Amino acid sequence: MPLILPLLLAVVLFCIGVYGVLARRNLITLLMSFELMLNAVNLNLVAFDAWHADGLATGQTLAVFVITLAAAEIGLGLAIVLLLFRGHGHVDADAARDLVES
Amino acid sequence: MTTALFSIAGAVAVVAAVFVVTSRRIVHAALWLVVALGGVAGCFGALHAEFVALVQILVYVGAIVVLVLFALMLTKAPTNPLPNVTTGRSPFAAVVAAVLALILGAGVVLAFGNEKIRPVTAGSAQAVGTQVFKTWVLPFEVLSVLLLAALIGAIALSQRPSQTLPSQKLSEGSDTVSSSGKED
Repeated sequence: MPLILPLLLAVVLFCIGVYGVLARRNLITLLMSFELMLNAVNLNLVAFDAWHADGLATGQTLAVFVITLAAAEIGLGLAIVLLLFRGHGHVDADAARDLVES
Repeated sequence: MTTALFSIAGAVAVVAAVFVVTSRRIVHAALWLVVALGGVAGCFGALHAEFVALVQILVYVGAIVVLVLFALMLTKAPTNPLPNVTTGRSPFAAVVAAVLALILGAGVVLAFGNEKIRPVTAGSAQAVGTQVFKTWVLPFEVLSVLLLAALIGAIALSQRPSQTLPSQKLSEGSDTVSSSGKED
């Protein structure tokens, strides 16, 4: 398999995630776009692991670590989003101009 | 064979990812995220990283998407199509994403255009597990401490201010556990 195939797929997924982060309004869809970007990174790690094949499984291990980090990130992110909803009554990224509780 | 499988799974992932960022119904976007993450898991399988593919399905589809759906429910996300899901700068965002894709794609093609992944027989969870607990054991432990810290942080963030009565606290405590216990 050519190495370029997974790398280009990762580029496309990452840029879709960038578009989602910049363009979406709802904070939870922002977090979903972050997940897409992290998945693109994981794809790169696994592809380079299959290409390099150093016997240490570096890329696969790092991909599992990144998945764990994504779980921690979305847990904290959703807690913050719920806190924002509790204080302001919306989860709009543009309308959240101040983070103090009103 | 693996190239064909990878291409199919990758195409599914890209189409579903486009729906995730463009769907007008937020709940549908969350469900398209399941398809996108499943497609990426298929790509991992085609690259002979079966262990990563299984962890992807377990953690992402099993835990993270469920957590996202819980959050959508708790923030009273509307299920009907929304007129304005994107901000006014979405054309600018599309331009940024397209330019970034062009730059990254050109760089990747120039750097790795002729490289090939040598076919391997099969991936094994045993090799990955051995390396995790031999070579990468210190990062693994640091990561578990970080996960614990994130869990405590999420619980601390979900606490309400202290003027609530103890009886109310009890019912909110179960809410806290159900919303933050899903994450690992």
